[in-house]
Amino acid sequence: MIVLTINGQETQVDVPDDMPLLWVLRDVIGLTGTKFGCGIAQCGACTVHLDGQAVRSCVLPVAGAVGKKVTTIEGVSGTDLGKKVQQAWLGIEVAQCGYCQTGQIMAATALLAQKPTPTDADIDTAMSGNLCRCGTYVRIRAAIKQAATGQMTLPQTIA
Amino acid sequence: MTHRTHPAEADTDLLDPSRRELLKRGGLVVAFMWLGGASRVWGLADSARIDAGHPQFAPNAYVRIGNDGSVQLVMPSIEMGQGAYTGQATLLAEELDVGLDQITVEHAPANRKLYANPLLGEQATGGSTTIRYCWTTLRNAGAAARSMLVSAAAQRWKVDASQCTASRGLVTHAPTGRTLRYAELADAAAKLLPPDKAPLKDPSDFQLIGKPMRRVDTPGKVDGTLPFGIDIRVPGMKVATVQACPTLGGRVGAVDDTRARAIPGVLKVVKLDSAVAVIGEHFWAAKQGLEALDITWNRGANANFTTEQLFQDMAHASEHGTPIMGREVGHVDGVSGKAISATYQLPMLAHTTMEPLNTVVHVRPDACEIWVGTQVPARCVDVATKITGLPAERIMVHNQYMGGGFGRRLFEDSVEQAVAIAKQADYPVKVIWTREEDIAQDRYRPAYYDRISATLDGQGQPVAWTHRTTGASVMAVFAPGAMGKNGLDPDLVECAADLPYAIPNMRVDWVRHDMPAGVPVGWWRGVGPTHNVFVVESFVDELAHAAGKDPVAYRRDMLGDNPRARAVLELAVQKAGWGQGALPARHGRGIALAAPFGSYLCVVMDVEVSPQGEIRMKRAVAAVDCGTVINPNTVEAQIQGGLVFGWSAALYSGITLKGGAVEQRNFNDYRVLRLNETPPIEVYIVPSKEQPGGIGETGTVMAMPSLTNAIFAATGVRLRTLPIDTTALVQDKNALKAVMSAVSEPADIVGDVAAKARSLA
Repeated sequence: MIVLTINGQETQVDVPDDMPLLWVLRDVIGLTGTKFGCGIAQCGACTVHLDGQAVRSCVLPVAGAVGKKVTTIEGVSGTDLGKKVQQAWLGIEVAQCGYCQTGQIMAATALLAQKPTPTDADIDTAMSGNLCRCGTYVRIRAAIKQAATGQMTLPQTIA
Repeated sequence: MTHRTHPAEADTDLLDPSRRELLKRGGLVVAFMWLGGASRVWGLADSARIDAGHPQFAPNAYVRIGNDGSVQLVMPSIEMGQGAYTGQATLLAEELDVGLDQITVEHAPANRKLYANPLLGEQATGGSTTIRYCWTTLRNAGAAARSMLVSAAAQRWKVDASQCTASRGLVTHAPTGRTLRYAELADAAAKLLPPDKAPLKDPSDFQLIGKPMRRVDTPGKVDGTLPFGIDIRVPGMKVATVQACPTLGGRVGAVDDTRARAIPGVLKVVKLDSAVAVIGEHFWAAKQGLEALDITWNRGANANFTTEQLFQDMAHASEHGTPIMGREVGHVDGVSGKAISATYQLPMLAHTTMEPLNTVVHVRPDACEIWVGTQVPARCVDVATKITGLPAERIMVHNQYMGGGFGRRLFEDSVEQAVAIAKQADYPVKVIWTREEDIAQDRYRPAYYDRISATLDGQGQPVAWTHRTTGASVMAVFAPGAMGKNGLDPDLVECAADLPYAIPNMRVDWVRHDMPAGVPVGWWRGVGPTHNVFVVESFVDELAHAAGKDPVAYRRDMLGDNPRARAVLELAVQKAGWGQGALPARHGRGIALAAPFGSYLCVVMDVEVSPQGEIRMKRAVAAVDCGTVINPNTVEAQIQGGLVFGWSAALYSGITLKGGAVEQRNFNDYRVLRLNETPPIEVYIVPSKEQPGGIGETGTVMAMPSLTNAIFAATGVRLRTLPIDTTALVQDKNALKAVMSAVSEPADIVGDVAAKARSLA
C-alpha cells in the first residue's frame, strides 16, 4: 500500500511502485483534471506540483511521490495564486479546447510562486514544455503577466 | 395541447426506463441514471434542473425553458475549442433575450433529422461552417421562442403583445410595469403554436452579438472540472489500449499473450482483424499488457510503400494522368509573354489533437451506449449498429467536449474499433489510444504535388495562369455524393479556382491520385484552402519577384474590383508598417492574401533567419473581414491559434512512410510549435455588416505562405516543399562548422543544426 499526500489529503492506493502518478490520479483516485497527452514528458498536459515544483506526472513513478506534497489542478484551484491565475485566464480568454490548460496553469502557478514578476525569458523557460495545439501561446504569455502584475493590458471578456 | 418536438425525441424512441422520463430529463441524464449514475458526467446537474413533473417549453430543437427558470440551449455543432458553443449560444440568447450567464448548453444527441448541418449534408461540424449556417437558423429559433413567451404573457395580461418587451428572461408590460419571468410563462407558452416567422432584431439592438462575451465553456476548463471524453468514468468501467498493424492496411496474424496475461491488472486481450487491444483495471496495466504482447503482423500490400514512392507516383500522374477541370476562364494556350513555372510539394500530415482519441462503450444484449467527443455523432450510431447488430434506436451516443478536433474527429474509425473491443467484454470499456497510436493510425491529410505556371505581360502582370494539383480525394471517402458530376472533388481546387485576383485566362485542374488502399486520408484544419493558398500565394510572390515588383504593390495591381480583399490588404500593410524603413540583414517581411471560407484575410509576417538557417518568427499582423462578427474575442483567438497550427506544420510537421508504416512516433519527432517559438500576433478586424464568414480554419490557411514569403525576403531562398528544410537556408558552411565545434552535447534545435552541418560536410 502506498500513501500519498494529494492536495493536503493523505490517500492510500494499492498500485505498483512504477505506475506513473498520472494514472494513479486519473484511473485510481479519479482526479481527472490532470491530463494524458503523450506519456513521454513532451507535452506537459500532465503537469502537477511535487513540493511546489512543476513535474510531468506521466513519467513520475508513484513511488517517487511518497513523502512529498502532490498538488493537482483540483488543489491549486483553492489557493489565492491559483484563483488569480484562473481569473487572468478567463479575463483574456486563454482556453480554446482547454485540454492542455490545466497543465499550463500548473506550470504557470509554479513559475509565479517562484518568480512573482517573471520576464519574457522566464516565461519562455517555464512554459515551453507545455504544448497547446490550439495555439493559445500568445494569450498564455499575456495571462501570466496579467496574473503577475494585475494590469489588464488586453480587453477583458464580459462575464 | 399542441405537441412540441423535443430535441431528444424524434429518432430516439429509446431505451429504458421510459421515453416519458427521457423527454422530461434529457437523454443523457436518463441513460446515465439507468447505468447506476455518477455525478461526473457532464450535463447531469444541468439537465436535472428540468425535473420530473414540471412541463417545459421546448418549441424547437434548440431551446428548452423549464418552469424552474432553467434555460437550456442545445448545440447542433460540437465544441472542440473553436468557440462554437459560445457562438451558437450567443445567436440563440440574443433573439431569446436571455443573458449567457442565464443559460446552460447541452451537447445535441445523434439525430440527423434535427441537427444535420445543411452546408455539409450531415450531422457534422467542420469546414468553418457553424456560424455561417447558424446565423439564420439559431436566431430564428431564439426569436420564435421569445415571441411565444411574449404572447403567453400578453394573453395572461389580456393586452396586445406589441406592448410587451423582453429582456434577460423577463417580459415586461410597459404601460403598467407588470412583469413575468420566462419560468412563469413556460407552461403557457408550450400550449401555443410556434409562429411561422418571428421578426429578428435590428443589428443596432444587439446586446450580445459583436461583444467579447466570455465563453460558456471556459470556467470548467481552467479549474479542471469540465470533463472531456477521456475523463468519463462509468460504474464498472475498465480501461483498454490498442495497437493496429503499424503497416497501414495490414492485419493481425498470430498473437502470443502469455506474458501480457501475467501482468497484474490485465483482464483481457481482444484480437480484432487489424488490431489487438488489452483491457486492464487501469490504463497503465493495459499499456504494459499491450507492450508485452508478441504480435505477428500480416503486413499486406503496403509492406514496401514509402513516401518517396508516393511523390514519384504523384509526379508521374501529374504529367501523364487525366486531369479533371476545376475552372477554365478564357484560353491559357497561345498567350505570349514571359513564362514562369514552379512545382510545389506538401507532405502528409497528422492532427495530434492534445486529447488522444478515446471512446467509452458499454455493449449490452439490448443496447449500446457510447461516450465520445465526436464531430459526427450520427455516424457513430451507424458504426455501432454495424458492429453490434442492434437497431439504431438501441444505440445512444453521449457527445462530449473535445480536446481538439482539427478534422480528426470527423472520422469514426476509433469509435467503430472501440465498439468492437467492448462487444467482447461484459462491462463498459474506455479505449484510449496512446500518442504513438494516434500518430501511427491517423486519417492523414493527403500529400499534394502541384505544378503551377503563369505568363506575364510587359508590365509583369499575369495574363495566363495554369495550376494543376495532384493528390488524393478526401471527399470521395467522406461524402461521395458531394463529388462533382465530372468527378471533381471541390476541395481540391478551393481557393485555387476562385482567386481573389482578376486574371483573364485561367485553367485550374486536378489529377486524382488516391493513396494505396489501406492508407487512410482525412480532413485537416483549413482543408483545401490550406493546401492551395500556400501554392497560390507563394507563386504570386514568385511572380512579383520575376516582375521586379514589391509583393504588396503587385497584389494591389492584380486585385481588380475586390473591395473586401483590398481593404484587408491595406489594413494589414498599414499596421505592419510595410515598406517603412529597411530591415536588417537576414530579416524579411512576407505577405499572404486570400479569401477562404467566406472571409477575407491578409497576414504580414516578419522573420529573422540565422546564418545557420534557424528561423525566428518575430511578428505577425493579420487583418480579417469575416462579415458580421459574433464574438471578436473568438475571431482573434481563432486567427492566432490557426496561425500557430499552420506554422507548426510549415516548420516541423510531416508524416513519412517507410515499409508502409509511419516513421514518426510522438511529439519528440512529430514536432509542433512551442510557446518560446511563437511571435506576437496582432489581429485587426475590418468592421462589416455582411453575412458572417467562417473563421476557425482561416488562420491556418494563411500561416504557411506568409511565413515562407517572409523567409524568401530574408534569404532569397524560395521554399516550395514543406515542411521547411532549413539546410536550404544556411548562409555558408563555415557558420555551421562553428556551431558543430561549439556543441559537445547536441540537443533540440542546436542538435538539428549540428546534424545538418554533418550532412552538408
